[in-house]
Amino acid sequence: MGPAGARPGSPPSPPLLLLLLLLLLLRAARPRGAELTFELPDSAKQCFHEDVERGAKFSLDYQVITGGHYDVDCYVEDPLGKTIYRETKKQYDSFTHRAEVKGVYQFCFSNEFSTFSHKTVYFDFQVGDEPPILPDMGNRVTALTQMESACVTIHEALKTVIDSQTHYRLREAQDRARAEELNSRVSYWSVGETVALFLVSFSQVLLLKSFFTEKRPAPRVAHS
Amino acid sequence: MRTLRLAPLRRRDWGAGARMRGGPRAFVGRCRGGWRRAMGQLALLLLALCAAGARGLYFHIGETEKRCFIEEIPDETMVIGNYRTQMWDKQKEVFLPSTPGLGMHVEVKDPEGKVVLSRQYGSEGRFTFTSHTPGDHQICLHSNSTRMSLFAGGRLRVHLDIQGGEHANNYPEIAAKDKLTELQLRARQLLDQVEQIQKEQDYQRYREERFRLTSESTNQRVLWWSIAQTVILILTGIWQMRHLKSFFEAKKLV
Repeated sequence: MGPAGARPGSPPSPPLLLLLLLLLLLRAARPRGAELTFELPDSAKQCFHEDVERGAKFSLDYQVITGGHYDVDCYVEDPLGKTIYRETKKQYDSFTHRAEVKGVYQFCFSNEFSTFSHKTVYFDFQVGDEPPILPDMGNRVTALTQMESACVTIHEALKTVIDSQTHYRLREAQDRARAEELNSRVSYWSVGETVALFLVSFSQVLLLKSFFTEKRPAPRVAHS
Repeated sequence: MRTLRLAPLRRRDWGAGARMRGGPRAFVGRCRGGWRRAMGQLALLLLALCAAGARGLYFHIGETEKRCFIEEIPDETMVIGNYRTQMWDKQKEVFLPSTPGLGMHVEVKDPEGKVVLSRQYGSEGRFTFTSHTPGDHQICLHSNSTRMSLFAGGRLRVHLDIQGGEHANNYPEIAAKDKLTELQLRARQLLDQVEQIQKEQDYQRYREERFRLTSESTNQRVLWWSIAQTVILILTGIWQMRHLKSFFEAKKLV
């Protein structure tokens, strides 16, 4: 299929036009949402913006995967600048809202309270419902057949499975990060403690020896 | 009985498509105008909208700032990223709709740190890569356009959209290519979802194994270092006593 077939000046054929229309509808009809994992440096704030229609319901799920105490500040602002959600030092949360105002909604993650730990944050921002996979599936006049409704049921169930898999994957990533941090910490501390052990024992002996090697005749008194 | 050929695995939800004023039906209404020139212009308009449609989520980055995103994916998974950049115009105090000459450098690293993709794209681009090892892939974007150095404190608005797995499959395209009915297309979607679930489960098994190895390594380290430190402590104590005893004997204090 070639949308590039339309050249300026030459009128395209109706099938091509309909194909273009189909492509455009496809792009417009895709579920609006983003799922991203990003790194948030220490004392930094990162904001994301999304355009939401009036009356559309959007949801934001976020979770801190690695870093520090695994917490982050988050706030969501509507186009008028009003804060509709604000939480501090949360590890994970889910927030849904029905947009009353059309415009650009902004959600920000802040790590400004932390001075030396950078965090990895996952968020999933979904707007609206999932549209059908073919654009004309939404304008059905007849009811769904049994096969089709079975397909829809299975599809919804599989979406739940995929979502819970993502949830477990994030949890596991968090636990694994902690375990690996513990592993390396055990190594460093063990080596450090051994070195400290040696230093302390040598310096103890040296210190004790230095008490008795001062130029005092007193210890030699026994000779006379 | 599977007569459907599986499309390559991609992941997760597609981000925003083009935003249309008036909705899909408005365009269909305009289509029925019938004039060839009008249709030509409409085609161009549709093409333009296809190309320049707002992609939903966007964020701002500075001139030389680098933004990295992490995608944790199983192996043999294709990830597609689309981005569009707009530059801040200081005079008009608005973001220009499209700026030619603006470039973004995209770099993708696999879990071992090896660079999988490192390319420069234009102000609007689409990058694709397929993972060959499961794990955290890092996708970094930064602008290295020389034009930006002319604008002090330039800011870029980047519309970004990354998906991998089955949700990014282009179902109308698949339906047209394989000539599937609606029911067959639904079944194809279910098959893709199930395959994604299977891959994710394989990846989970691999992750669990890594986690177990890490835990066992920690366990071993704690055990051996504790024993070693106790032994060193005892030996050091014995050495101290002997050394001091010989020192005091030399000093004729004992």
